[in-house]
Amino acid sequence: MQKIRTPYLLLLPGFAFLFTFFILPIVNLAQTSTQTPISGGDTGQYEQTLRFQNYIDAFIENREQFGRSFVYALIATLLALAISYPLAYAIAFKSGKYKNLFLVLVIAPFFTSFILRTVAWKQILGEEGFVVPTLRTIGIISDSTTLTSTSFAVVMGMTYNFLPFMTLPLYASIDRIDPRTLEASGDLYANGFTTFRKVTLPLSMPGVVAGTLLTFIPAAGDYVNAAILGSPNTKMIGNVIESRYFRIVDYPTAAALSFTLMAAILILVTLYIRKAGTEELV
Amino acid sequence: MSKKIAEAAAPTISPVIRFRRWFGRNLIRVYMFLAFTYLFIPVAYTFAFSFNDSGKSNLVWKGFTLSNWQNPCGAPEVCNALVNSINIGLIVTVFSTILGTMIAFAIGRHKFRGRSTSNLLIFLPMATPEIVLGASLLSLFLTFHINPGFWPTVIAHVVFCISFVVVTVKARIASLDPRLEQAAMDLYANEFQTFRRVTLPLVAPGIAGAALLAFSLSFDDFIITNFNSGTVITFPKFVYTAAARGIPAQANVIASGMFFLALAIVLAGQIVNRRKAR
Repeated sequence: MQKIRTPYLLLLPGFAFLFTFFILPIVNLAQTSTQTPISGGDTGQYEQTLRFQNYIDAFIENREQFGRSFVYALIATLLALAISYPLAYAIAFKSGKYKNLFLVLVIAPFFTSFILRTVAWKQILGEEGFVVPTLRTIGIISDSTTLTSTSFAVVMGMTYNFLPFMTLPLYASIDRIDPRTLEASGDLYANGFTTFRKVTLPLSMPGVVAGTLLTFIPAAGDYVNAAILGSPNTKMIGNVIESRYFRIVDYPTAAALSFTLMAAILILVTLYIRKAGTEELV
Repeated sequence: MSKKIAEAAAPTISPVIRFRRWFGRNLIRVYMFLAFTYLFIPVAYTFAFSFNDSGKSNLVWKGFTLSNWQNPCGAPEVCNALVNSINIGLIVTVFSTILGTMIAFAIGRHKFRGRSTSNLLIFLPMATPEIVLGASLLSLFLTFHINPGFWPTVIAHVVFCISFVVVTVKARIASLDPRLEQAAMDLYANEFQTFRRVTLPLVAPGIAGAALLAFSLSFDDFIITNFNSGTVITFPKFVYTAAARGIPAQANVIASGMFFLALAIVLAGQIVNRRKAR
């Protein structure tokens, strides 16, 4: 009897907490999203109605920012994957006794405040940094081209900020690969590329799936990079939600946008996991 | 024959080809060097500008000084924000580590009905963008007329830290050899003794790692904090607000200090682990 109860007792406090402060808020958010302003009330006063039109209005008004969020997040995720995969591979297979040191180095930058690092990028890529004058001297960019306040800067910032979320799961799954499978592949006359395509990549798929999800999800909801490195033309859905909440005090629209964002991400994630065929994520 | 050809060809190898060969052999090293350079450029920049004799806005290099390091609280509010962040981080670490570790043991060690639902409930906060977590909690607090502030921020942080603790500790539990516990039982240890003397010490590094992760997630969080902290200023919030008018160099000092402190803790942990392994 005792044994059957143990796991439930262990789960109880944590799940009670998550129910109160994660599930209930989401339900509350759903309610808020269909509210309408009280006629004659002050700004910020809303009453509970079931106005689902809020969703359509919010989406149509902000579809550009929605699209941008998903495109930026997708590009940042692919870039992070391209940068991280060789890095994770090198740490797992080519770094010998320095493996742990390199792992610490991957995480280390993230002990410095992430906002300060983003601001640092802004200054490095800005007019007074060293990148722009160098590129101008070489002639890669023209004198009038700037790097900050562009979508390039925003995507680069996101790629940078979410990189360890990609590198660490990739490393975890590549490190688990038995090097003998790679040798066996070579013995069977596969060249380097074939070995990678047929052995390494499939065996590291769980890491690829986990890494892309852990990068894509925060990137799609991010607004800090767009706020610091971008311009009004690079606004993402996170920026809209933030300003609806704090500057315009339009809670229903903000809630509808948040809910749409979460639903869109959950659907994409489910489809992706199905397609990639790894149910065992967490 | 072929050796002769090689010898004959050797002196005529051009530097370009020689470089190409060296490059091919060391490609992966060159790549690692470039990747780490990319990772560390903004850190180095932040560190360098902590020595800038900048006055109020730390935008352009004006000269070397140690005064920022000698007086890290010199800028208004900056240390207040740091203390808030540390307090929030410590409370969040304690709560999320305890709650998360319990969940990890339940899921990692027991088979029970509702196990996959439990896994889903742990995965969901990680699959929810921070802005949705932050906004939904704020909307709950507003509905119940609770003002955003210190404790709402703590609660919000615990919500997203729990999942990371569960995942980290669960991985450690999964890597344990069940025979060690069986051996303890065979030696007449009861369940509690086995847990305290065998299981817990073996899982402890995982719990320590999870606690460190929870602290750094909480300490560096901006989005969720921004929604739920009201007038309480945390360090990331201070930096974000200051970014508009110029960040004082003291913020760079604190961020660099945290960087070296965290690095020291992680390296010390690794050394301890290595000693134990011997």
